[in-house]
Amino acid sequence: MQSFEYANPTTVQEAVGLLGAKWGQADVLAGGTDLLSLMKEHLHTPKRVVNIKNIKELEGIQKTADGLRIGALVTMDELSKNSDVVAGYKLLADAAAGIPSPQIRHMGTAGGDLCQRPRCWYYRQGLGLLAMKDGKSLIPDGENRYHSIFGDGPAYFVSASSLGPALVALGAKVKLVSAKGPREVPVAKFFVTPKDEASREIALQPNEILTEIIVPAATVRSATYEMRQKEALDWPLATASVALTMNGNTVTSAKIVLGHVAPTPYESAQAEAALKGKTITAATAEAAGKAAVQNAKPLSQNAYKVTLAKVAVKRALLEAAKAKG
Amino acid sequence: MSSRKDPETPAPASGFSRRGFIARVGIGGGALGTGLLENEAAAAPANVAGPGPVPITLNLNGKPVKLTVEPRVTLVDALRNYLDLTGAKRVCDRGTCGACTVIMGGKTVYACTVLAIDAQGKNIETIEGLAAGTALHPVSQAFWDNDAQQCGYCTPGFVMACKGFLDEHPNCTEEDVKHGLGGNLCRCGTYIGVRKAALQAAKTMKGATKNG
Repeated sequence: MQSFEYANPTTVQEAVGLLGAKWGQADVLAGGTDLLSLMKEHLHTPKRVVNIKNIKELEGIQKTADGLRIGALVTMDELSKNSDVVAGYKLLADAAAGIPSPQIRHMGTAGGDLCQRPRCWYYRQGLGLLAMKDGKSLIPDGENRYHSIFGDGPAYFVSASSLGPALVALGAKVKLVSAKGPREVPVAKFFVTPKDEASREIALQPNEILTEIIVPAATVRSATYEMRQKEALDWPLATASVALTMNGNTVTSAKIVLGHVAPTPYESAQAEAALKGKTITAATAEAAGKAAVQNAKPLSQNAYKVTLAKVAVKRALLEAAKAKG
Repeated sequence: MSSRKDPETPAPASGFSRRGFIARVGIGGGALGTGLLENEAAAAPANVAGPGPVPITLNLNGKPVKLTVEPRVTLVDALRNYLDLTGAKRVCDRGTCGACTVIMGGKTVYACTVLAIDAQGKNIETIEGLAAGTALHPVSQAFWDNDAQQCGYCTPGFVMACKGFLDEHPNCTEEDVKHGLGGNLCRCGTYIGVRKAALQAAKTMKGATKNG
Protein backbone atom coordinates (compact mmCIF):
# COMPACT_ATOMS: atom_id res chain seq x y z
CA MET A 1 0.00 0.00 0.00
CA GLN A 2 1.33 3.43 -0.88
CA SER A 3 1.38 6.02 1.87
CA PHE A 4 -1.45 8.51 2.19
CA GLU A 5 -2.78 11.32 4.29
CA TYR A 6 -5.62 10.19 6.57
CA ALA A 7 -8.50 12.60 7.11
CA ASN A 8 -11.11 12.10 9.80
CA PRO A 9 -13.99 14.54 9.24
CA THR A 10 -17.11 14.54 11.43
CA THR A 11 -19.55 16.24 9.04
CA VAL A 12 -20.47 15.62 5.39
CA GLN A 13 -19.65 19.23 4.58
CA GLU A 14 -16.16 18.84 5.98
CA ALA A 15 -15.72 15.49 4.21
CA VAL A 16 -16.63 16.69 0.71
CA GLY A 17 -14.18 19.60 1.14
CA LEU A 18 -11.41 17.02 1.54
CA LEU A 19 -12.09 15.23 -1.76
CA GLY A 20 -10.28 15.85 -5.04
CA ALA A 21 -11.63 17.08 -8.37
CA LYS A 22 -10.25 14.02 -10.18
CA TRP A 23 -10.24 10.31 -9.41
CA GLY A 24 -6.99 9.16 -7.85
CA GLN A 25 -6.53 12.16 -5.59
CA ALA A 26 -8.68 11.02 -2.69
CA ASP A 27 -10.71 7.95 -1.76
CA VAL A 28 -13.59 7.63 0.69
CA LEU A 29 -13.09 4.98 3.39
CA ALA A 30 -16.08 3.39 5.11
CA GLY A 31 -15.95 -0.36 5.88
CA GLY A 32 -12.71 -0.72 3.92
CA THR A 33 -13.53 -4.24 2.75
CA ASP A 34 -12.88 -3.28 -0.88
CA LEU A 35 -10.79 -0.11 -0.68
CA LEU A 36 -7.96 -1.59 1.38
CA SER A 37 -7.58 -4.50 -1.06
CA LEU A 38 -7.59 -2.09 -4.01
CA MET A 39 -4.87 -0.05 -2.31
CA LYS A 40 -2.78 -3.13 -1.50
CA GLU A 41 -2.90 -4.06 -5.21
CA HIS A 42 -1.98 -0.46 -6.12
CA LEU A 43 -5.17 -0.25 -8.20
CA HIS A 44 -6.14 2.75 -6.09
CA THR A 45 -3.28 4.97 -4.94
CA PRO A 46 -5.01 7.93 -3.29
CA LYS A 47 -2.93 10.72 -1.82
CA ARG A 48 -5.61 11.20 0.79
CA VAL A 49 -8.04 8.76 2.40
CA VAL A 50 -11.16 10.36 3.84
CA ASN A 51 -12.57 8.22 6.65
CA ILE A 52 -16.31 8.87 6.90
CA LYS A 53 -17.04 6.49 9.80
CA ASN A 54 -17.12 9.31 12.33
CA ILE A 55 -19.90 11.20 10.51
CA LYS A 56 -22.95 10.51 12.68
CA GLU A 57 -25.47 11.77 10.10
CA LEU A 58 -24.54 8.85 7.81
CA GLU A 59 -25.69 6.25 10.34
CA GLY A 60 -29.02 4.51 10.91
CA ILE A 61 -32.17 3.38 9.15
CA GLN A 62 -35.24 5.60 9.44
CA LYS A 63 -38.75 4.62 8.49
CA THR A 64 -40.69 7.61 7.19
CA ALA A 65 -44.11 8.06 5.58
CA ASP A 66 -42.31 8.02 2.22
CA GLY A 67 -40.42 4.81 2.85
CA LEU A 68 -36.95 4.09 4.24
CA ARG A 69 -33.83 6.20 4.49
CA ILE A 70 -30.74 4.05 4.85
CA GLY A 71 -27.58 5.86 5.93
CA ALA A 72 -24.47 5.11 3.89
CA LEU A 73 -22.73 3.71 7.00
CA VAL A 74 -25.42 1.14 7.83
CA THR A 75 -23.61 -2.20 7.81
CA MET A 76 -24.81 -5.21 5.88
CA ASP A 77 -25.32 -6.90 9.27
CA GLU A 78 -27.65 -4.11 10.47
CA LEU A 79 -29.51 -4.10 7.17
CA SER A 80 -30.09 -7.86 7.24
CA LYS A 81 -31.53 -7.70 10.79
CA ASN A 82 -33.43 -4.38 10.80
CA SER A 83 -37.09 -5.12 11.58
CA ASP A 84 -38.47 -2.55 9.09
CA VAL A 85 -36.29 -3.95 6.32
CA VAL A 86 -37.12 -7.57 7.13
CA ALA A 87 -40.87 -6.85 7.39
CA GLY A 88 -41.34 -4.65 4.34
CA TYR A 89 -38.38 -5.20 2.03
CA LYS A 90 -37.47 -8.87 2.26
CA LEU A 91 -35.48 -8.77 -1.00
CA LEU A 92 -33.13 -6.20 0.56
CA ALA A 93 -32.69 -8.15 3.80
CA ASP A 94 -32.07 -11.33 1.74
CA ALA A 95 -29.44 -9.55 -0.36
CA ALA A 96 -27.56 -8.30 2.72
CA ALA A 97 -27.85 -11.62 4.56
CA GLY A 98 -26.61 -13.47 1.48
CA ILE A 99 -23.06 -12.23 2.03
CA PRO A 100 -21.60 -15.39 3.56
CA SER A 101 -18.95 -13.87 5.85
CA PRO A 102 -20.12 -12.39 9.18
CA GLN A 103 -16.91 -10.34 9.30
CA ILE A 104 -17.73 -8.74 5.94
CA ARG A 105 -21.33 -8.11 7.06
CA HIS A 106 -20.01 -6.44 10.22
CA MET A 107 -17.60 -4.21 8.31
CA GLY A 108 -19.17 -3.64 4.89
CA THR A 109 -21.56 -0.72 4.53
CA ALA A 110 -24.59 -0.10 2.32
CA GLY A 111 -22.85 2.85 0.64
CA GLY A 112 -19.71 0.83 0.11
CA ASP A 113 -21.67 -2.04 -1.40
CA LEU A 114 -22.91 0.30 -4.13
CA CYS A 115 -19.52 1.96 -4.68
CA GLN A 116 -17.27 -1.15 -4.62
CA ARG A 117 -15.20 -1.82 -7.74
CA PRO A 118 -15.82 -4.85 -9.98
CA ARG A 119 -14.24 -8.19 -9.03
CA CYS A 120 -13.24 -8.95 -12.66
CA TRP A 121 -9.88 -10.65 -12.44
CA TYR A 122 -8.53 -8.73 -15.45
CA TYR A 123 -9.29 -5.47 -13.62
CA ARG A 124 -7.90 -6.79 -10.33
CA GLN A 125 -4.70 -7.87 -12.09
CA GLY A 126 -4.12 -4.34 -13.32
CA LEU A 127 -5.28 -4.80 -16.94
CA GLY A 128 -7.92 -2.09 -16.67
CA LEU A 129 -11.68 -2.05 -16.22
CA LEU A 130 -12.26 -3.04 -19.88
CA ALA A 131 -9.08 -5.14 -20.27
CA MET A 132 -8.36 -3.57 -23.67
CA LYS A 133 -5.36 -4.58 -25.76
CA ASP A 134 -4.80 -3.16 -29.25
CA GLY A 135 -8.30 -1.67 -29.23
CA LYS A 136 -9.96 -4.97 -28.33
CA SER A 137 -11.11 -6.46 -25.04
CA LEU A 138 -9.18 -9.53 -23.94
CA ILE A 139 -12.25 -10.94 -22.22
CA PRO A 140 -14.48 -12.45 -24.99
CA ASP A 141 -11.69 -14.83 -26.02
CA GLY A 142 -10.16 -15.05 -22.58
CA GLU A 143 -10.96 -16.42 -19.12
CA ASN A 144 -14.56 -15.27 -18.92
CA ARG A 145 -16.39 -17.89 -16.89
CA TYR A 146 -17.52 -15.31 -14.29
CA HIS A 147 -18.16 -12.44 -16.70
CA SER A 148 -21.18 -10.78 -18.23
CA ILE A 149 -23.85 -12.68 -20.18
CA PHE A 150 -25.64 -9.57 -21.43
CA GLY A 151 -24.58 -6.75 -23.74
CA ASP A 152 -22.11 -6.21 -26.55
CA GLY A 153 -19.20 -4.86 -24.56
CA PRO A 154 -16.79 -3.23 -24.45
CA ALA A 155 -17.38 -3.78 -20.71
CA TYR A 156 -17.72 -7.44 -19.75
CA PHE A 157 -17.20 -7.27 -15.97
CA VAL A 158 -20.23 -7.84 -13.74
CA SER A 159 -21.49 -5.40 -11.13
CA ALA A 160 -20.34 -6.69 -7.75
CA SER A 161 -23.07 -4.97 -5.74
CA SER A 162 -25.31 -7.18 -3.61
CA LEU A 163 -27.86 -4.45 -2.88
CA GLY A 164 -27.95 -2.90 -6.37
CA PRO A 165 -30.46 -5.33 -7.97
CA ALA A 166 -32.80 -5.19 -4.94
CA LEU A 167 -32.69 -1.38 -4.86
CA VAL A 168 -33.36 -1.14 -8.61
CA ALA A 169 -36.36 -3.46 -8.15
CA LEU A 170 -37.66 -1.15 -5.42
CA GLY A 171 -37.17 2.02 -7.47
CA ALA A 172 -34.77 3.41 -4.84
CA LYS A 173 -32.58 6.49 -5.19
CA VAL A 174 -29.21 7.47 -3.79
CA LYS A 175 -28.29 10.88 -2.44
CA LEU A 176 -24.92 12.15 -3.64
CA VAL A 177 -23.44 15.20 -1.96
CA SER A 178 -20.64 17.47 -3.17
CA ALA A 179 -19.46 20.86 -1.90
CA LYS A 180 -22.05 22.39 -4.24
CA GLY A 181 -24.92 20.53 -2.59
CA PRO A 182 -26.91 17.30 -2.85
CA ARG A 183 -28.43 15.51 -5.85
CA GLU A 184 -30.60 12.42 -6.02
CA VAL A 185 -30.05 9.74 -8.63
CA PRO A 186 -32.21 6.63 -9.20
CA VAL A 187 -30.14 3.52 -8.37
CA ALA A 188 -30.99 2.26 -11.89
CA LYS A 189 -29.04 5.24 -13.28
CA PHE A 190 -26.33 5.19 -10.62
CA PHE A 191 -24.87 2.07 -12.25
CA VAL A 192 -23.52 2.76 -15.72
CA THR A 193 -21.76 0.67 -18.35
CA PRO A 194 -18.46 2.39 -19.08
CA LYS A 195 -17.67 2.88 -22.76
CA ASP A 196 -13.98 3.67 -22.31
CA GLU A 197 -11.18 2.94 -19.89
CA ALA A 198 -11.30 6.42 -18.31
CA SER A 199 -14.95 6.02 -17.24
CA ARG A 200 -16.31 4.53 -14.06
CA GLU A 201 -19.06 2.01 -13.51
CA ILE A 202 -21.03 4.32 -11.21
CA ALA A 203 -22.36 7.87 -11.63
CA LEU A 204 -20.61 9.11 -8.47
CA GLN A 205 -18.20 11.97 -9.18
CA PRO A 206 -14.77 12.16 -7.51
CA ASN A 207 -15.86 15.16 -5.41
CA GLU A 208 -19.05 13.46 -4.16
CA ILE A 209 -20.01 11.19 -1.27
CA LEU A 210 -22.96 8.80 -1.34
CA THR A 211 -24.72 9.76 1.89
CA GLU A 212 -27.96 7.78 1.92
CA ILE A 213 -30.26 5.40 0.09
CA ILE A 214 -33.89 6.44 -0.25
CA VAL A 215 -36.31 3.54 -0.67
CA PRO A 216 -39.91 4.45 -1.54
CA ALA A 217 -42.79 3.06 0.50
CA ALA A 218 -44.03 -0.12 -1.12
CA THR A 219 -46.34 -3.00 -0.40
CA VAL A 220 -44.62 -5.78 -2.23
CA ARG A 221 -43.95 -9.44 -1.91
CA SER A 222 -40.29 -9.82 -2.59
CA ALA A 223 -37.21 -12.00 -2.39
CA THR A 224 -33.62 -12.21 -3.54
CA TYR A 225 -32.28 -15.60 -4.58
CA GLU A 226 -28.58 -16.22 -5.03
CA MET A 227 -26.85 -18.93 -7.04
CA ARG A 228 -23.36 -19.61 -5.76
CA GLN A 229 -20.75 -22.31 -6.06
CA LYS A 230 -21.55 -24.72 -3.19
CA GLU A 231 -21.65 -22.46 -0.12
CA ALA A 232 -18.62 -20.55 -1.26
CA LEU A 233 -17.26 -17.59 0.63
CA ASP A 234 -17.29 -15.55 -2.58
CA TRP A 235 -19.53 -13.39 -4.72
CA PRO A 236 -22.55 -15.20 -6.15
CA LEU A 237 -22.56 -16.38 -9.77
CA ALA A 238 -26.03 -14.99 -10.48
CA THR A 239 -28.82 -13.50 -8.39
CA ALA A 240 -32.40 -12.44 -8.93
CA SER A 241 -34.20 -9.77 -6.90
CA VAL A 242 -37.95 -9.66 -7.44
CA ALA A 243 -40.66 -7.33 -6.10
CA LEU A 244 -44.29 -8.15 -6.84
CA THR A 245 -47.27 -5.86 -6.41
CA MET A 246 -50.26 -8.16 -5.97
CA ASN A 247 -54.01 -7.94 -6.06
CA GLY A 248 -54.97 -11.04 -4.14
CA ASN A 249 -53.02 -13.75 -5.90
CA THR A 250 -52.69 -11.84 -9.16
CA VAL A 251 -49.53 -9.95 -10.06
CA THR A 252 -50.46 -6.38 -11.02
CA SER A 253 -46.86 -5.38 -11.61
CA ALA A 254 -43.50 -7.10 -11.24
CA LYS A 255 -39.94 -5.88 -10.97
CA ILE A 256 -37.32 -8.45 -11.84
CA VAL A 257 -33.66 -7.51 -11.64
CA LEU A 258 -30.71 -9.84 -12.13
CA GLY A 259 -27.35 -9.39 -10.43
CA HIS A 260 -23.81 -10.49 -11.35
CA VAL A 261 -24.74 -11.07 -14.99
CA ALA A 262 -23.97 -7.66 -16.55
CA PRO A 263 -21.87 -4.54 -15.85
CA THR A 264 -24.94 -3.08 -14.08
CA PRO A 265 -27.94 -4.66 -12.33
CA TYR A 266 -30.01 -6.06 -15.25
CA GLU A 267 -33.74 -5.34 -15.21
CA SER A 268 -35.75 -7.63 -17.45
CA ALA A 269 -38.79 -5.94 -19.00
CA GLN A 270 -39.58 -9.23 -20.77
CA ALA A 271 -39.85 -11.17 -17.51
CA GLU A 272 -41.90 -8.38 -15.95
CA ALA A 273 -44.32 -8.39 -18.89
CA ALA A 274 -44.57 -12.19 -18.76
CA LEU A 275 -45.92 -12.04 -15.19
CA LYS A 276 -48.41 -9.21 -15.42
CA GLY A 277 -51.93 -10.43 -14.63
CA LYS A 278 -50.68 -13.93 -13.73
CA THR A 279 -50.62 -15.87 -10.49
CA ILE A 280 -47.26 -17.21 -9.39
CA THR A 281 -47.01 -20.93 -10.04
CA ALA A 282 -44.06 -23.14 -10.87
CA ALA A 283 -45.03 -22.79 -14.55
CA THR A 284 -45.39 -18.97 -14.64
CA ALA A 285 -42.22 -18.56 -12.56
CA GLU A 286 -40.31 -20.76 -14.97
CA ALA A 287 -41.69 -18.86 -17.96
CA ALA A 288 -40.58 -15.58 -16.38
CA GLY A 289 -37.11 -17.05 -15.85
CA LYS A 290 -36.91 -18.00 -19.52
CA ALA A 291 -38.09 -14.54 -20.57
CA ALA A 292 -35.47 -12.93 -18.31
CA VAL A 293 -32.59 -14.52 -20.20
CA GLN A 294 -34.02 -14.37 -23.72
CA ASN A 295 -31.56 -11.63 -24.72
CA ALA A 296 -28.54 -13.28 -23.11
CA LYS A 297 -25.32 -13.39 -25.12
CA PRO A 298 -22.98 -15.61 -23.15
CA LEU A 299 -19.23 -15.57 -23.77
CA SER A 300 -17.07 -18.60 -24.60
CA GLN A 301 -17.00 -20.03 -21.04
CA ASN A 302 -20.11 -18.77 -19.29
CA ALA A 303 -23.23 -20.18 -20.96
CA TYR A 304 -23.85 -21.99 -17.65
CA LYS A 305 -24.67 -18.60 -16.10
CA VAL A 306 -27.70 -18.28 -18.39
CA THR A 307 -29.19 -21.39 -16.77
CA LEU A 308 -28.29 -20.13 -13.29
CA ALA A 309 -29.92 -16.74 -13.94
CA LYS A 310 -33.06 -18.39 -15.27
CA VAL A 311 -33.37 -20.65 -12.22
CA ALA A 312 -32.58 -17.77 -9.84
CA VAL A 313 -35.58 -15.83 -11.24
CA LYS A 314 -37.86 -18.84 -10.86
CA ARG A 315 -36.80 -19.57 -7.28
CA ALA A 316 -36.93 -15.89 -6.22
CA LEU A 317 -40.49 -15.64 -7.58
CA LEU A 318 -41.65 -18.79 -5.78
CA GLU A 319 -40.13 -17.52 -2.55
CA ALA A 320 -41.63 -14.04 -2.95
CA ALA A 321 -45.07 -15.56 -3.55
CA LYS A 322 -44.79 -17.37 -0.20
CA ALA A 323 -43.70 -14.20 1.63
CA LYS A 324 -46.20 -12.07 3.47
CA GLY A 325 -47.59 -8.98 1.74
CA MET B 1 14.54 -8.10 9.19
CA SER B 2 14.43 -7.53 5.46
CA SER B 3 13.96 -4.06 4.09
CA ARG B 4 10.47 -3.56 2.66
CA LYS B 5 8.76 -0.86 0.68
CA ASP B 6 5.51 -1.15 2.60
CA PRO B 7 5.60 -0.58 6.34
CA GLU B 8 4.16 -3.89 7.48
CA THR B 9 7.14 -3.88 9.77
CA PRO B 10 8.76 -0.86 11.37
CA ALA B 11 11.53 0.39 9.04
CA PRO B 12 14.93 -1.06 9.90
CA ALA B 13 17.07 1.38 11.85
CA SER B 14 20.56 0.11 12.56
CA GLY B 15 21.79 0.88 16.03
CA PHE B 16 18.29 1.33 17.40
CA SER B 17 16.01 -1.17 19.06
CA ARG B 18 12.56 -1.44 17.56
CA ARG B 19 11.06 0.23 20.59
CA GLY B 20 13.66 2.99 20.59
CA PHE B 21 13.13 3.53 16.89
CA ILE B 22 9.37 3.86 17.26
CA ALA B 23 9.81 6.34 20.09
CA ARG B 24 12.28 8.34 17.98
CA VAL B 25 10.10 8.70 14.89
CA GLY B 26 7.13 9.33 17.12
CA ILE B 27 8.53 12.71 18.14
CA GLY B 28 8.09 14.28 14.75
CA GLY B 29 5.44 11.90 13.58
CA GLY B 30 2.37 13.83 14.56
CA ALA B 31 2.67 16.58 11.94
CA LEU B 32 -0.79 17.35 10.64
CA GLY B 33 -2.18 18.53 7.37
CA THR B 34 0.46 18.39 4.69
CA GLY B 35 -2.03 19.65 2.12
CA LEU B 36 -1.24 17.09 -0.56
CA LEU B 37 -4.21 18.09 -2.65
CA GLU B 38 -3.92 21.81 -2.22
CA ASN B 39 -4.15 22.56 -5.92
CA GLU B 40 -7.21 20.45 -6.49
CA ALA B 41 -9.18 20.37 -3.27
CA ALA B 42 -9.59 22.51 -0.22
CA ALA B 43 -6.40 22.78 1.80
CA ALA B 44 -6.17 20.17 4.51
CA PRO B 45 -7.77 21.41 7.70
CA ALA B 46 -7.55 19.83 11.12
CA ASN B 47 -8.39 16.15 11.48
CA VAL B 48 -5.78 15.17 8.90
CA ALA B 49 -2.84 12.93 9.86
CA GLY B 50 0.12 11.42 8.06
CA PRO B 51 1.32 10.30 5.60
CA GLY B 52 4.23 9.96 8.05
CA PRO B 53 4.03 8.04 11.33
CA VAL B 54 1.43 9.24 13.81
CA PRO B 55 0.95 8.31 17.46
CA ILE B 56 -2.19 6.25 18.09
CA THR B 57 -3.74 4.47 21.06
CA LEU B 58 -5.47 1.10 20.78
CA ASN B 59 -7.68 -0.38 23.50
CA LEU B 60 -6.27 -3.88 23.39
CA ASN B 61 -7.70 -6.61 25.58
CA GLY B 62 -8.82 -4.04 28.12
CA LYS B 63 -5.64 -1.99 28.21
CA PRO B 64 -4.69 1.19 26.33
CA VAL B 65 -1.58 0.64 24.21
CA LYS B 66 0.30 3.51 22.55
CA LEU B 67 2.22 3.06 19.32
CA THR B 68 3.33 5.11 16.33
CA VAL B 69 2.37 3.98 12.84
CA GLU B 70 1.79 5.39 9.39
CA PRO B 71 -1.92 5.62 8.48
CA ARG B 72 -1.40 2.84 5.92
CA VAL B 73 -0.51 0.23 8.56
CA THR B 74 -3.31 -2.28 9.01
CA LEU B 75 -4.48 -3.53 12.40
CA VAL B 76 -3.07 -7.02 11.82
CA ASP B 77 0.36 -5.58 10.97
CA ALA B 78 0.23 -3.28 13.97
CA LEU B 79 -0.60 -6.22 16.25
CA ARG B 80 1.98 -8.58 14.83
CA ASN B 81 4.88 -6.36 13.87
CA TYR B 82 4.66 -3.41 16.23
CA LEU B 83 3.20 -5.05 19.33
CA ASP B 84 4.46 -8.65 18.98
CA LEU B 85 0.94 -10.04 19.31
CA THR B 86 1.31 -12.76 16.69
CA GLY B 87 -1.91 -14.70 17.35
CA ALA B 88 -3.84 -13.06 14.51
CA LYS B 89 -2.30 -14.43 11.32
CA ARG B 90 -1.76 -12.54 8.08
CA VAL B 91 -2.61 -15.08 5.40
CA CYS B 92 -4.61 -13.78 2.42
CA ASP B 93 -4.34 -10.12 3.54
CA ARG B 94 -7.44 -9.42 1.41
CA GLY B 95 -10.33 -9.90 3.82
CA THR B 96 -11.20 -13.40 2.72
CA CYS B 97 -9.62 -16.18 4.79
CA GLY B 98 -10.41 -15.06 8.33
CA ALA B 99 -7.05 -16.03 9.89
CA CYS B 100 -6.62 -12.45 11.19
CA THR B 101 -10.07 -12.29 12.83
CA VAL B 102 -10.28 -10.15 15.98
CA ILE B 103 -13.29 -8.74 17.82
CA MET B 104 -13.64 -4.97 17.55
CA GLY B 105 -16.44 -3.15 19.34
CA GLY B 106 -18.10 -6.51 20.01
CA LYS B 107 -18.10 -7.56 16.34
CA THR B 108 -15.76 -9.93 14.52
CA VAL B 109 -13.70 -8.18 11.83
CA TYR B 110 -10.78 -9.01 9.56
CA ALA B 111 -7.79 -7.19 11.10
CA CYS B 112 -6.07 -7.11 7.68
CA THR B 113 -8.86 -4.92 6.37
CA VAL B 114 -8.96 -2.35 9.17
CA LEU B 115 -6.41 0.47 9.37
CA ALA B 116 -4.77 0.57 12.79
CA ILE B 117 -5.45 4.32 13.00
CA ASP B 118 -9.14 3.54 12.36
CA ALA B 119 -9.29 1.02 15.19
CA GLN B 120 -8.81 3.68 17.86
CA GLY B 121 -11.58 4.22 20.40
CA LYS B 122 -12.94 0.68 20.14
CA ASN B 123 -12.36 -2.30 22.39
CA ILE B 124 -10.23 -4.79 20.50
CA GLU B 125 -10.13 -8.39 21.68
CA THR B 126 -7.39 -10.65 20.34
CA ILE B 127 -6.67 -14.31 21.00
CA GLU B 128 -3.94 -13.23 23.47
CA GLY B 129 -6.58 -11.74 25.76
CA LEU B 130 -8.84 -14.77 25.80
CA ALA B 131 -7.35 -17.05 28.49
CA ALA B 132 -7.83 -16.18 32.16
CA GLY B 133 -4.33 -16.88 33.50
CA THR B 134 -3.58 -20.51 32.69
CA ALA B 135 -7.25 -21.50 32.32
CA LEU B 136 -8.28 -21.80 28.69
CA HIS B 137 -11.35 -19.93 27.46
CA PRO B 138 -14.29 -22.34 26.87
CA VAL B 139 -13.90 -21.86 23.11
CA SER B 140 -10.18 -22.71 23.14
CA GLN B 141 -10.88 -25.69 25.42
CA ALA B 142 -13.61 -26.89 23.05
CA PHE B 143 -11.22 -26.67 20.08
CA TRP B 144 -8.77 -28.80 22.07
CA ASP B 145 -11.41 -31.34 23.12
CA ASN B 146 -12.86 -31.73 19.61
CA ASP B 147 -9.62 -31.87 17.66
CA ALA B 148 -10.75 -28.77 15.80
CA GLN B 149 -7.40 -28.00 14.27
CA GLN B 150 -4.81 -29.71 12.15
CA CYS B 151 -1.95 -27.43 11.08
CA GLY B 152 -3.35 -24.76 13.40
CA TYR B 153 -2.77 -21.75 11.19
CA CYS B 154 -6.43 -20.80 10.92
CA THR B 155 -7.11 -21.66 14.57
CA PRO B 156 -6.64 -18.28 16.33
CA GLY B 157 -8.91 -16.62 13.76
CA PHE B 158 -11.46 -19.42 14.02
CA VAL B 159 -11.45 -19.26 17.83
CA MET B 160 -12.08 -15.49 17.74
CA ALA B 161 -14.78 -15.88 15.07
CA CYS B 162 -16.37 -18.55 17.23
CA LYS B 163 -16.19 -16.44 20.39
CA GLY B 164 -17.69 -13.44 18.60
CA PHE B 165 -20.47 -15.59 17.17
CA LEU B 166 -21.32 -17.26 20.51
CA ASP B 167 -21.37 -13.91 22.35
CA GLU B 168 -24.16 -12.87 19.99
CA HIS B 169 -25.88 -16.25 19.56
CA PRO B 170 -25.71 -18.18 22.85
CA ASN B 171 -28.62 -20.47 21.85
CA CYS B 172 -27.33 -21.52 18.43
CA THR B 173 -28.13 -24.62 16.41
CA GLU B 174 -25.63 -26.53 14.29
CA GLU B 175 -27.04 -24.80 11.19
CA ASP B 176 -26.53 -21.37 12.84
CA VAL B 177 -22.93 -22.33 13.61
CA LYS B 178 -22.31 -23.31 10.00
CA HIS B 179 -23.45 -19.90 8.76
CA GLY B 180 -22.03 -18.01 11.73
CA LEU B 181 -18.51 -19.25 11.01
CA GLY B 182 -18.82 -18.71 7.27
CA GLY B 183 -16.12 -16.04 7.22
CA ASN B 184 -13.18 -18.35 7.98
CA LEU B 185 -11.35 -20.84 5.81
CA CYS B 186 -9.42 -23.95 6.87
CA ARG B 187 -7.20 -25.49 4.22
CA CYS B 188 -6.90 -28.71 6.25
CA GLY B 189 -10.69 -29.08 6.27
CA THR B 190 -11.32 -29.26 10.02
CA TYR B 191 -14.78 -27.72 9.73
CA ILE B 192 -16.57 -30.68 11.32
CA GLY B 193 -14.42 -30.44 14.45
CA VAL B 194 -14.77 -26.66 14.54
CA ARG B 195 -18.57 -26.91 14.42
CA LYS B 196 -18.59 -29.53 17.20
CA ALA B 197 -16.30 -27.30 19.25
CA ALA B 198 -18.59 -24.31 18.76
CA LEU B 199 -21.61 -26.27 19.99
CA GLN B 200 -19.69 -27.58 23.02
CA ALA B 201 -18.44 -24.07 23.84
CA ALA B 202 -21.99 -22.72 23.55
CA LYS B 203 -23.09 -25.18 26.24
CA THR B 204 -20.11 -24.47 28.51
CA MET B 205 -20.47 -20.71 28.17
CA LYS B 206 -24.17 -20.83 28.99
CA GLY B 207 -23.39 -22.93 32.05
CA ALA B 208 -20.78 -20.39 33.11
CA THR B 209 -23.30 -17.56 32.78
CA LYS B 210 -25.89 -19.46 34.83
CA ASN B 211 -23.40 -20.23 37.58
CA GLY B 212 -21.75 -16.87 37.59
